[in-house]
Formats: sequence, structure tokens, C-alpha cells
Amino acid sequence: MRTFQGKSVGNGVAIGKIYVYKKGEQQVKRYRVEDVDAEVARFTKAQETSIAQLQDLYEKSVKSIGEASAAIFEIHQMMLQDNGFVEAIENIVTTQSVNAEYAVAATADNFYKMFSDMEDDYMRERAADVKDISERLLAVLNGKSAGMDALKEPVIIAADDLAPSETVQLDKDKVLAFVTVHGSLNSHTAILARTMNIPALIGTPVALDEVDGKLAVIDGAKGILYVEPEEALLKTMQHRRKEEEETKALLLTLRGKDNITLDGKKVQLYANIGNSKDLAMVMQNDAGGIGLFRSEFLYLEKDDYPTEEEQFAVYKTVAETMAGKKVIIRTLDIGADKQADYFQLAHEENPAMGLRAIRICLTRPEVFKTQLRAIFRASAYGTIAIMYPMIISVEEVRKIKEIVSEVKKELDRQGIAYGEVEQGIMIETPAAVMMSDELAKEVDFFSIGTNDLTQYTLAIDRQNPELDDFYDSHHPAILRMIQTVVDNAHRAGIWAGICGELGADTSLTQTFLKMGVDELSVSPGRILPIRKIILETDVSKQ
Amino acid sequence: MREFKYVITDAEGIHARPAGELIKLLKDFQSAITITKDGKSADAKRIFGVMGLAAKQGQEITMTAEGPDEDAAIAAIETFLKANL
Repeated sequence: MRTFQGKSVGNGVAIGKIYVYKKGEQQVKRYRVEDVDAEVARFTKAQETSIAQLQDLYEKSVKSIGEASAAIFEIHQMMLQDNGFVEAIENIVTTQSVNAEYAVAATADNFYKMFSDMEDDYMRERAADVKDISERLLAVLNGKSAGMDALKEPVIIAADDLAPSETVQLDKDKVLAFVTVHGSLNSHTAILARTMNIPALIGTPVALDEVDGKLAVIDGAKGILYVEPEEALLKTMQHRRKEEEETKALLLTLRGKDNITLDGKKVQLYANIGNSKDLAMVMQNDAGGIGLFRSEFLYLEKDDYPTEEEQFAVYKTVAETMAGKKVIIRTLDIGADKQADYFQLAHEENPAMGLRAIRICLTRPEVFKTQLRAIFRASAYGTIAIMYPMIISVEEVRKIKEIVSEVKKELDRQGIAYGEVEQGIMIETPAAVMMSDELAKEVDFFSIGTNDLTQYTLAIDRQNPELDDFYDSHHPAILRMIQTVVDNAHRAGIWAGICGELGADTSLTQTFLKMGVDELSVSPGRILPIRKIILETDVSKQ
Repeated sequence: MREFKYVITDAEGIHARPAGELIKLLKDFQSAITITKDGKSADAKRIFGVMGLAAKQGQEITMTAEGPDEDAAIAAIETFLKANL
């Protein structure tokens, strides 16, 4: 057995024979032509044929992989029609009296270099597109066809790199996974693998000639390719593969269903996200809304405070993408342990209990106001709610409400529209639990942050592995606290949810239902497994 | 001549797909249309020109149109950029 480490796309397992795909790279010779007009005409004809082929590929792939993935063939057509590209080729033919193949190859090299020199990873990958269209032109000029042989059985496709025109011709039912030696996580192969929901390893240092036709296993979770796997490993992976298939089939049947128990209790299942890039996962997993949008990334990715406009743009995108579904934005939650330099927070001995989250916002109201203005402005584009972290007292909530009403007055004065915004607090300190009856009268909802609540209640630092024996995430103290918070919320007529890790713990889902928790906000991948439990639970019989 | 400035808000910047959509939108206008970023300009009807600027989130681009249908072109550009980028 030999193992190779690559960069992994997806967590799945694939088992099958390796099929090595070798490109028929077009050989280009330079020779003189006498009649340059005829040579230009020969190029124009090849260009037209290539565009027609791409249109054909586009139409085929719209049906097989969808419009979004097929769009690349439209882009390739535009590239072949790009004036700069075409003129450069024609120019070489006419000024140097050389053959069209040479002119295409020389021009493609220049454009290839333009992209491969770019700083941006995504744009660098577009160099592969230039190569792909020029290979196509050359194949047409040489009277050959580009592409892959038909596959006879399901295989793991391995190659140096794969161009979109190569992958699109694959019979998708016969591809178990992709392995490429080159490429990045933005390459077409990676994107296609994500769309097809199959594993892929990119940038895998494997000698293709040595593995062709051999049995292999891909472990997507670890990013490892095993060639000629040992019997024990093969057994384990076959078992995992079977489980994956069962789960996938099961979860597909759960999409679009309400989160309702057998005895008719409805629960909201929302997603936690840390970046607007996570939205695709939110949609895929059928979340009812966003229960925790961590706004910190806006601050941590920057060298200076993000402006109101920058924040507004992100919140607006999220609100619009969720199209009326609730988006709960948690205001700035950073502190000395998770900080941006420009905040210039002093070093603290005990950052978990230091100047963090709402405490920073109340100390520096101008920073807070910028964020609030951005959130309120975005609320005109969807359903936005705000929650405030690390609350310990009613006075804090009142101070926040004063600042919020100042922000609203300013917006009114400036004639800027905003929507109805629910305002809630995170319950993540024992103080907030004890005061939850009073706090419930001040806010629209509670969201229990179990990670911090557990750490503060048990007085256990989760970063310290030596305390693992003392730590119990199901500690009765925590469960009692959740019950108290939910009861106090309901008495005041507001709702209560859980957005900490405990919310995603499926061994507690039924307990939470019984407690009357109204909402669970979890990472997108956990939504459907939890929905399954909700659908199978009868709260009255708990 | 008409001009429109816009700061890219899309996290991915002007990547291949929106560049393609932009080209499709502009190809039927008669006006000469250019896209400029950081002093570098390109013909906005050319895909390699638009992609070559590699405009990212937070960067400002300037679109100019000159010709008989410049008003309509700028209006279409403004709608497109706001909706897609």
C-alpha cells in the first residue's frame, strides 16, 4: 500500500480503480506560409468551428451539470471572440508570414503568462482556460478531436490537471472521484467535484504512470489517496462508504420538510455562519434562517475598522440572499484573545473575563454605532435581527437600547430606510441566567451561547487539555440553566434558542424539545441530522 | 461621454462568470466602453480585458461610455453592477 497526501475537496470516501487521463497535447511546428490571407482565413474557420463546438458543449452541460457550471463554455466562446486575442494571432500570421498553429500557440503563451503572473489565486487558475481554448483551436487546425475515451466502469480519474472541456465529456455516472497532480482548490476540477458532490484530491504528488489501473481509496476527510490498500483499511473504508450513501439518501428525503415533532411541536432550525461565503452551505442544507451570524470576520480580516459601507454591503448581501428568512447578526464579539491590532486592546491575564464583546461596544460607542447603522440600513433588504453578546445586567441592555434609539433617530433625520429589527441577547454568563426573568422584559429573544456559559459556570478553561476529565458538556447545572432561561423567556412571551455547540449535540435534541427550546442554531451540516430526530420525536411521551 | 464609478462588493470580485455576463450585456451597444481600475484601462467588451484587471472586493472601478447610446449603456452598467457585483 502506498499513500499520497493531497488537498481535499469534500469529506467523502471513494473506492475504485484509477484511470489515468493523458492529454493529447498538440505539437506545434513553425513554418512559412506564402499566402497569409488564406492562412488567416484558415484560422477564422478554425475559430468558428471551435466556437460551434463550445456552444454544443454548453448546451449539453446545461442539461448534465447545470447552468452555473456550464457557463464556463460561454466564457470560452467569448475568449475565442476577444478582439485582442484574435488580432494578436492574425497579426503574427500576417507580419511574420507563419502558420496559424504557431500564431495561436505564441499568442496563447502570452495570455497564459498574463494570468499565471497574477497575484490572485482565482485569476491564476484562469491561465488553464487560455490553455484549454488554444488546445481546442490547435486540435481543429490539425483536424483532430480533443477529449476522453468512453469509460467502461466507474473509476477514479487521475490526471496532471483537467480542463473543463475534458471533464464535461465524462460520463458522470462513471466518475467516483478526481485526483490531480496540479491545480488548486479553485480549479475547475475542484469546482466540478463540489457540484457533483464527489471527493477530489488536488495537488497530489503521485507518479501517474505507476498507479494507472490500480485499486485505490480516497479518504476525503484526511485528503489521502491509498493505492493498493491493505485489506483492513479497505474494509473500514467500504463500511464508511456504505454509511455515507445511506445518510445521503436519507437526508435528501428530509430537505424541504418542516421541523415538526410527531405530536405537532414546531422548532426553528437555523444555521451558524462566520462569513458570507458560508451562505451556499446554508441554502444547501435547507436552514430556516441564520441564527448566529458572527460579524467578527469583518473586523479580523482588516487592518483598520471596517467602514459602515463595507459592513452594510455584507449584511445586505446576506439579507437579500436569505430572501426574507431571518438573519440574526451578533454584534462584534472580540477581546484580547481574539483581536485585531488596530483595536489596541491591552494584554490581559484573563481575556475570557476581560474587555470583550459588548463591553468594548459600550466603552467605544462610536465603533458600536457604525456597526448598528450598517445593520439597520441592511434591514431594509430582508429580515434582520440583532443579538448582543456577553450581557450580565439589565443596565447594559438599557444602555444598548439608548444607543440604538440614537442610531434610529439619526437614520430618520437622514431619511434612510430601515426595517423592523428584533433585538435579543446572548445568554452566556451565569449572571444573565440568574437575571433572565428581568432581562426577558427588555428584549425580543434569548439565544443561549453554551460554549461560554459552560466555561463560566463550570470554571473550566476549554483550552486546557488537563481539565478534560473534569469537563462534562452535559453537566446538570448547564441543563438546569437552559430550562430556567427557556421558562423565563416564555413567561415574558418571548422565544429562546440555543446557538452554542450543545445545540448541535443530537444526543440532547430530544431533551431540548422537552424543555421547550424554540430554536436551535447549528453549523449548516448539522441541520438535516437534527431535523431527522425532531421528525421522529413525540415530546408528550418523553 | 458618460461615466460611472462603482466599488465592488462581491466577495469574489469580477471573476469569470460576471465578466462574461458583463460582456454579453455590452456587446450590442455601439458606444466605446472602457473599464478602468487603478489607472489601468481596458475595453469592457473584451473578456480578457475585463478579467485582466482582476478587480476585487472593495476596489473601485470606473466605467466610461462614449457614443450615440452612451446614456443607455451607463444606465445598463449601473443596474448590472449593483445587482451582480
